[in-house]
Amino acid sequence: MGAFENIVIILYLALVGYLGYLGYKQTKSTEDYLIAGRDTHPFIMALSYGATFISTAAIVGFGGVAAWLGQSLLWLTFFNIFVGIFVAFVFLGNPTRKMGYRLNAHTFPEFLGKRFDSKFIQVFGAIIILLFMPLYATAVLIGGTHFISLYFHIDYNVALFTFSIIITAYVIAGGLKGVMLTDALQGTIMFFAMVILLIFTFDSLGGVDQAYTKLEMVWQQTVAPLAEVSMKELKPGSADFMMKLSTLWGFEGWSSMPQFLSNGWLFVITTITLGVGIGVLAQPQLVVRFMTVKSKKELNRAVLIGGIFIISMTGFIFIVGALTNAWYFEFNNGQNALQSAGSIGKVIPHFINEAMPKWFAFIFLFALISAAMSTLSSQFHTMGTAVGRDLVEQISKKNMNSTMVTRVGIMVMISFAVALAYAFDQQPAIIARSTAIFFALCASIFLPSFVGGLFWKRMTKQGAISSMLVGLITSSFWLMFVHFKEAKELGVCQALFGTNSLLSGKIIFVDALIIALPLSIITAIVVSLLTKPMEEKHLEKCFKD
Amino acid sequence: MEYFDFGVNLAFWLTILSTLLCVYYGAVNWNKDGEEKPNKKAKQWAKLEDKIDGDL
Repeated sequence: MGAFENIVIILYLALVGYLGYLGYKQTKSTEDYLIAGRDTHPFIMALSYGATFISTAAIVGFGGVAAWLGQSLLWLTFFNIFVGIFVAFVFLGNPTRKMGYRLNAHTFPEFLGKRFDSKFIQVFGAIIILLFMPLYATAVLIGGTHFISLYFHIDYNVALFTFSIIITAYVIAGGLKGVMLTDALQGTIMFFAMVILLIFTFDSLGGVDQAYTKLEMVWQQTVAPLAEVSMKELKPGSADFMMKLSTLWGFEGWSSMPQFLSNGWLFVITTITLGVGIGVLAQPQLVVRFMTVKSKKELNRAVLIGGIFIISMTGFIFIVGALTNAWYFEFNNGQNALQSAGSIGKVIPHFINEAMPKWFAFIFLFALISAAMSTLSSQFHTMGTAVGRDLVEQISKKNMNSTMVTRVGIMVMISFAVALAYAFDQQPAIIARSTAIFFALCASIFLPSFVGGLFWKRMTKQGAISSMLVGLITSSFWLMFVHFKEAKELGVCQALFGTNSLLSGKIIFVDALIIALPLSIITAIVVSLLTKPMEEKHLEKCFKD
Repeated sequence: MEYFDFGVNLAFWLTILSTLLCVYYGAVNWNKDGEEKPNKKAKQWAKLEDKIDGDL
């Protein structure tokens, strides 16, 4: 690195350190903020919500999937913005906030438990979070680790170990709740980094026209010839294997949709788009965030900034992800992205390290690591409160030290997430998949009770419990015994029935959410209508100020 | 976008339109629905939230 790059990096670190210090000093308690009337700049407020909503670290994984499967992933961006921002903030945010105060609920399981007057729901919700949220945390960990590993040219496991130590130290020293100013700072850096990345990518390929012409040509030269090759001749998991697989799934180019209702179409639309796009509505950490907003005004403002933030994150990375194929072809001896980077998860980190100036790669790396840390700390906060408030306080005697148990629980969760990141590194597209699995599970299990609880007074405790159980059982069954990928990898179906999936044909490519969510909704409605309405007094407590 | 097929084009334009919708909604309502006086329940909630965070 030259003197100029060193100076840029040192100046940047000094700025980040100063703003971090400033943010730390200005951090107010929730009470100060909500009650004493002190204000936070709307930009900072909105951006920090945007950063909570979508993990910038997991974006690296999705960018790699775009390099593999192309820009059909833009459907996810549309859902992220329309459902995850517009619908969530405009329709769900304010009712959640108000009901949360009325019920004095501080966690998502507690919110549902108090709304339906059920300790079981609170404990059940906590167990689901503790079982499945580490999957999402793993996705964030893997994204950050790949970057560290490629930037510093160190082994993946060494990078993972180092990253885990840093995260543990951060969580222990800094507490769990993200500091709003630093969250906003990371969001701003990521925003500009993505804009620069998009402009640079098009510029280096000779403009938009040239870039897309080249992209089509790269498909014709590196992927189309694979039609002549049989899968058996290719090494499983290799770049050509993955590209050949994509053609068998119905993909015909990086700028087009896979064939309608093909395996690839079902994967992109049901797993990636609907799984993540709808699943975001029932994210435990987001629901709690709504309650820390002072008024509906803040939610209105967050819609504007959140919309711009999300398009610049997922929208830009999906376009850049696909275009990396053209860049590598031109600058790396006629190879496509997967052939050059080696695996899906490595494409974006590899591309940024190879294609961008060193100082930019450093700033991107630093913003990404910071974003990963704030996402992870909010996840560990959610898991910590699930252990302490929802589990220990609910099922133990009062004299049990819940703070101690919570802290031990957080350490166990961190270790579990690190172990998963270690085990799953070699799995293709695991970052995108584990995020999608967690989001889809949340939607199938919690969404009908959450939305019904907010807007449908006739929904009963029995309706909510049955809907959650049906959501869990159906999605677990689908993941273990039907879905082409998870059923095979989990191996339960093979052990019990001697086959990878109980069903065959296209249905095995349909995501669990598509089956589980409608069943869970129908159960909520039918059981609620068949059972006694909740007491008027309880409903007044939930719905009236 | 002439470079995309119909399906990707549709996703692209829906993305742009939904972003514009967010921008429009946020701009029009930028100063609306504000200055809500925190009630007793919100105060209670904030107090307990700080205690939970402090414990963590």
